Amino acid sequence: MAKVEAGLQYSEEHEWVAREDGNLVSVGISAVATDALGDIVYVDLPEVGSTVTAGETCGEVESTKSVSDLYSPVTGEVTELNSAAIDDPAVINADPYGAGWLFKVAAVSDGPLLSAEEYAAKNGGEL
Amino acid sequence: MTTNYTALYEEHKKLGASFTDFGGWQMPLKYSSELAEHHAVRQAAGLFDLSHMGEVWVTGPDAGAFLDYALVGKLSAVVDGKAKYSLICNADGGIIDDLIIYRFAAEKYLVVPNAGNTPTVAAELAARVKGSGAEGFDVVVENASDATSLIAVQGPNAESILLKLTDDSQHELVTALKYYAFTEVTVAGHDVILARTGYTGEDGFELFLPNEDAAALWAAISEAGAGLGLIPCGLACRDSLRLEAGMPLYGNELSLEGNPFEAGFGAVVALSKEGDFVGKEALAALKAAGAGTTSGRRLVGLKGLGRRAARSHYPVLKDGAVIGEVTSGQPSPTLGYPVALAYVDVEHSETGTALEADLRGKAEPFEVVALPFYKRAK
Repeated sequence: MAKVEAGLQYSEEHEWVAREDGNLVSVGISAVATDALGDIVYVDLPEVGSTVTAGETCGEVESTKSVSDLYSPVTGEVTELNSAAIDDPAVINADPYGAGWLFKVAAVSDGPLLSAEEYAAKNGGEL
Repeated sequence: MTTNYTALYEEHKKLGASFTDFGGWQMPLKYSSELAEHHAVRQAAGLFDLSHMGEVWVTGPDAGAFLDYALVGKLSAVVDGKAKYSLICNADGGIIDDLIIYRFAAEKYLVVPNAGNTPTVAAELAARVKGSGAEGFDVVVENASDATSLIAVQGPNAESILLKLTDDSQHELVTALKYYAFTEVTVAGHDVILARTGYTGEDGFELFLPNEDAAALWAAISEAGAGLGLIPCGLACRDSLRLEAGMPLYGNELSLEGNPFEAGFGAVVALSKEGDFVGKEALAALKAAGAGTTSGRRLVGLKGLGRRAARSHYPVLKDGAVIGEVTSGQPSPTLGYPVALAYVDVEHSETGTALEADLRGKAEPFEVVALPFYKRAK
């Protein structure tokens, strides 16, 4: 059963949001998503300085089996990308809630987000 | 539609496999990582449950002549102990399935169709026994799929693993076995039909045996192969392995709407064999019209020049105009770039042609390359 990390918030589209300093958030995809995708081989992320909008596509995640859109869970300006995950996307499978984070946003607003408990219950995940 | 389970389903569950529906069968998609499984087959060995594949026996005095009539190839000319790839077509030349046929004797053949097509193929073969004339053929068609399991051991270490499980007196039967040949041996105490065939582009074997022996043989091979890098492998890596090897998958590259010539299987169609066969007239007309060479479309290999992969049904473009469609595609784990099989208009099918694939609204560069994408070192 896919692990759901406590203390994070989640979108319906399987992105997680971690609160950092002030309005800064980091974003990644959940283990529910990485399990469904399989081994990720390519990730296309929004550019630093671009604006992402909650609920809209901002990139894609490609595995050997399939390709999925990446949806931004928040609205704001992208401040940083995880270049390690771009160079070696296997880290996203190995550590989706840690070293496999994708990008950071100076968030001005959030889309609809679920608590870890709600997300786990909805997706059969394990807290 | 009812769901089918192989005799090894419980073994897969114990191994923690994730499952997928394939042709009406619950089959292991992967056990751990499909990339790790893919690399294991290329570098060491992989163990596959292929029991969803069909086994249809054709026996009787007219077995060879009957298969010559029912299929597009000349199966009567196959030597005992050898296998042959062939197609079963309808009267219009459309492909009902691709098959491997094993000849045991002039009066005994085994036909192996794809999982989901097995009932159709078995029914078609039975219907074709009456032939086109008044006589019909003296053969019996028996679908033994429900009682038969198929286990594959694929990869450079496959032979070493089988040698560990066979008696010394039978080692030469294994080592001398040529590609597309088969023999009957005892592996870990179980009598099997051992064929040097596969769908991965590597050396390897496929083992046919009764369902009741499948779990014990699976365990024995797992144990014997553990020290040689063998791991259980699911259908996800089976698909990426066959794609790298440029092998078609029925439903993707082959279909009732397609024909053998555009799929690159013109040589499989024995138009010059004696007598009539189902689809002969239509196939002769397609060949005369230059299907797959000067007219219509052609199956080609595409190499992605970027990092993004083209997937099944994505449009293929030349200068912005749609000239084809991808049938299978994904990032190649072995080669490190995207590969795809696609049907394109014949005028754009030459090796080296620069094309694009429409990757969800964005055209990305691809190049027509010779197949297979991956060929093992001999």
